[in-house]
Amino acid sequence: MSKAIGLEVSLAIAEAVKQANVDVISAYPITPQTHIVEELSVYVANGELDAEYIPVESEHSAMSAAIGSSAAGARSYTATAAQGLAYMHETLFIASGMRLPIVMTVANRSLSAPISIWNDHSDIMAERDIGWVQLFGENGQEAYELSIMAFKIAEDHRVLLPVCVNIDGFILTHMIEPVTFIDQARIDEFLPPFKPALTLNPEKPVTMGPVGVPEVYTESRKQCEQALWRSHKVVREVFDEWYKKFDHEYKLIEKNGDLQGKTLFVTMGSQGETTMNAVENLQSQGESVGQVRIRLWRPFPREEFLEAIKGADRIIVIDRALSLGAYSGPVAQEILALLYSQEIRPRVYNIIAGLGGRDVTVNDFKEMYAQALKDSLDPNYTIWGVCSDAK
Amino acid sequence: MAKVTQLVHNYLRHSKRFPHVFCPGCGHGIVLGSLIRSIHSLGLAKDDVVLVAGIGCSGRIPVYVDFNTIHTTHGRALTFATGIKLANPRLKVIVIMGDGDALSIGGNHLIHAARRNIGVTALVLNNHIYGMTGGQSSCTTPMGSFSTTTPFGQLEEEFDISRVTKVCGASFVARTTVMQAKTMDSMISEAVLHPGFGLVEIISPCHTQYGRKNKFKSCVDMYKWLQKSSTPLEKFKEMSPEKQEKAIATGIFEKRDCEGLEEKYARMRRNLRGER
Repeated sequence: MSKAIGLEVSLAIAEAVKQANVDVISAYPITPQTHIVEELSVYVANGELDAEYIPVESEHSAMSAAIGSSAAGARSYTATAAQGLAYMHETLFIASGMRLPIVMTVANRSLSAPISIWNDHSDIMAERDIGWVQLFGENGQEAYELSIMAFKIAEDHRVLLPVCVNIDGFILTHMIEPVTFIDQARIDEFLPPFKPALTLNPEKPVTMGPVGVPEVYTESRKQCEQALWRSHKVVREVFDEWYKKFDHEYKLIEKNGDLQGKTLFVTMGSQGETTMNAVENLQSQGESVGQVRIRLWRPFPREEFLEAIKGADRIIVIDRALSLGAYSGPVAQEILALLYSQEIRPRVYNIIAGLGGRDVTVNDFKEMYAQALKDSLDPNYTIWGVCSDAK
Repeated sequence: MAKVTQLVHNYLRHSKRFPHVFCPGCGHGIVLGSLIRSIHSLGLAKDDVVLVAGIGCSGRIPVYVDFNTIHTTHGRALTFATGIKLANPRLKVIVIMGDGDALSIGGNHLIHAARRNIGVTALVLNNHIYGMTGGQSSCTTPMGSFSTTTPFGQLEEEFDISRVTKVCGASFVARTTVMQAKTMDSMISEAVLHPGFGLVEIISPCHTQYGRKNKFKSCVDMYKWLQKSSTPLEKFKEMSPEKQEKAIATGIFEKRDCEGLEEKYARMRRNLRGER
């Protein structure tokens, strides 16, 4: 393994996609994703990457073109954010329904209105049910490595589903971080060429995505769902293989701080690294506190999560998106639903923090901890930093 | 304060923090000034004017002015405007879009707004590039020119915005550049008064993202290029094809009386209700 270099995370992702030797990239510019595909367009133009680069006229076309190229048997990649992801919406279901292993980076950004180019998770939370494998990276190195692993997960014949790698917009995409690249030969050894199960081929014609009459629609959706559940095992296998080959360990649910902590923070994405500092800080003051980080969001790793929170009295679930009209944020909803069937349940506090790029500091997390201990947080959810008695 | 500056100030939102977001040498500020002068010369009340914007540098224009303004999504400004005009035909609806906004991601809406002949005015600020996101090629980036996504030159043919709009049935189509500010004033006024769909394509230089990558040493060079290459339509028609390649035809390409969709709709409704 070579030594770490300082690099903008977007460019590290572009390097990963190049090393994955993709065949087709289709993309439309949108902040804060643009640097990724811009860099890829340079690789394609100067011959470093033998691929087709399609500068399409919208995100809807970006995903549609990726679906087309993937259906024709090409390893296909795109990247987007916020409105772009929302604009892809209908095609995202088609990609998973047709079982096409496309890989997409989502540079997480808030949705309009008001217009905001800054980071939160409202874009991906609106796409929870698209049937894609959804991973979250926390830093530059993970963004690079997960982007390579994503292809292996997607193209596994037990899965054959699209994968999206979520990377916090600006906080990661535009940050210069130390990243260690892996030699191309070792990547090639890890990631074999794409072998599609079925392709559009005039010699052996197939039809993809035709009408599913009521007699078969449910079965077809169930197949898709089963594939998504199967991906759970495959993601773990790919993570394990990565660990063996490259000595960097990934888990579906990560844990840090006091592993037997009475209070646990639950985080997803780069903000978790700030939480880590707060947890360390609180631990050094003798507090029984730990942190659980969700890396695989879809399919949700139920057993691993339950295991991780075992023995905790209370968990503080941090959401980076609002689920308007619901009694908690989307991540907390997931966890509450999961806990209902458990005999022993921790108290769940839900905090919605860092919407539209609002900074959440180490002190904020310490304050959340203090309030959870005093039980002074709202029983449903608290929008952090906003004074309101509306609920 | 000079009289013309005073006039512009009367239409600005004083709650807004200035300076605006446009880069030095950007042509969009000239369009903003021209738009204000046109509306002022037409004697329209501020409350009767609606500015609808998409996403991109041009989308910032309505933020600064004291009309009814709505900042929408990328490419969809014309659809919002269609709804506004049909709901309240009394309003003067002006849509401000960039080239990427209007022709790439929103191209579908442009051709249908032209076909329907809905009575809104579209100003398309053509700077040949996606400026705000960092200079990627758009469908109006001229063939052979350089951008961050076409580092060895654009291979695709570009759209001729005015021509596309004209063949799609718009009843008023004109093109000018920001170097002809006076002409622009009168073109915008004419387009706003015109019943049915009117489009004014305005070539506006983007030195930051387009010029620097395409051998324009300074913003001034870009303005000189606009001055040199813009050619009135009559003169343009007499040019040899080689010369036409390098020229920008300006003027009114289409103007015909054709009532707007909202007028036809109102008439149909009156008839069905038995009103006169």
